[in-house]
Amino acid sequence: MLKKRIIPCLDIKDGRTVKGISFVNLRDAGDPVELARAYAEQSADELVFLDISATDEGRKTLAPLVEKIANAINIPFTVGGGITTREDVSVLISSGADKVSVNTAAILNPPLIAELADEFGSQCVVVAIDAKLVDGTWVVSTHGGKRVTTLPAITWAREAERLGAGEILLTSVNRDGTGEGFSLDITSAVSDNVNIPVIASGGAGSPEHFREVFAETGCTAALAATLFHYGIIKIPELKDFLMRNNVAVRNRPPV
Amino acid sequence: MIAILKYNSGNTMSVQVALHRLGYESVVTSDPEILLKADRVIIPGVGEARSAMNHLKERSLDLLILSLKQPVLGICLGLQLMCKRSEENDTECLGIFNTIVRRFPPDERVPHMGWNSFESLSVTPLLNGLKQEDDLYYVHSYYAELNNDTKAVCNYILPFSAAMQHDNFYAVQFHPEKSAEAGARLLKNFLEL
Repeated sequence: MLKKRIIPCLDIKDGRTVKGISFVNLRDAGDPVELARAYAEQSADELVFLDISATDEGRKTLAPLVEKIANAINIPFTVGGGITTREDVSVLISSGADKVSVNTAAILNPPLIAELADEFGSQCVVVAIDAKLVDGTWVVSTHGGKRVTTLPAITWAREAERLGAGEILLTSVNRDGTGEGFSLDITSAVSDNVNIPVIASGGAGSPEHFREVFAETGCTAALAATLFHYGIIKIPELKDFLMRNNVAVRNRPPV
Repeated sequence: MIAILKYNSGNTMSVQVALHRLGYESVVTSDPEILLKADRVIIPGVGEARSAMNHLKERSLDLLILSLKQPVLGICLGLQLMCKRSEENDTECLGIFNTIVRRFPPDERVPHMGWNSFESLSVTPLLNGLKQEDDLYYVHSYYAELNNDTKAVCNYILPFSAAMQHDNFYAVQFHPEKSAEAGARLLKNFLEL
């Protein structure tokens, strides 16, 4: 049986992890490679790295970092943040990234999705959608939710699929960082409207939130950041909880 | 020496670093002499069948692969290229495995993406130490039908070939290079055949 995936997300700035990390004793909690290795050992199913560098200088640290991550871990990982061109993607994929996620650039230039799918294969192309509930409608937002468009999130998800996206990373801006649980309604609606896998994101605060989103929506993966970084939930314990509650997840093989 | 076939559809770096983690050095090459001499040849694969087959044929690498006598391992698209034909752009493939590669039915969630276990496993050196409940990482929209060379069956929507073997040709649909300990085990089995 195909397992539901648990995906920690790491924010990277100028080659370093930014959010506070306290879930495990690391020699250097700011080192994304060490953190990635620790998550892989905890049975994370995939990892997402989001580059939030504000400067070109900071961005230049990404490709060498991706190469180090690829050498260090034996699970798939996605890299996103600030990707705007085919060349950006080519550098990341040849550095060892399995997938890339595109967000604003795809909204501004939808043919980019098709271009990337043709060249690198759909399985490499994750379209990240930041959905925000505005006047009763989930619309696509940009710039971390600060700007909203009039484009309904469901419409955009379907268009992304048609253009060749291999997966949707759906973040509820309303719930992100609240710990109140995933937005089940939009996660369900998007999952039902596309045939590609959907990763639910934004709002995870307890193991029950993961159970709920897997049980009540068609998403096949769930992503969280703070919760894992601060050790509020440890991945092996989360997986034990999900298994006890009839959600199929990959367990760490006995050592 | 281990050779990883360099062509237009390989995630060669991931395979190379996975081998390195196991303590094996490898070369990424399309040089026929090196490929013929290698102790093991790995055909990785991420991409589309027709452009991959065209690329191989233009360089006569299709005939070279068929002439190999050492253990050869196809991964993902590599497995599909070793079959007779693929529905992906109606592509004539290498024909090592007498089976057809089909697309998962429309209106189902594809690609089949994530960790999946086996429906059944044969006792064979390639799968030594792997158990039915072990999860491996898959990403694919096409699958090889079950056939006489099927050594492991995975089920997603329907049962399909997760691992196959015909003489010295081995193939897996999952990505052992991205499948944590279980994947490492499979690669090690192949290298120690």
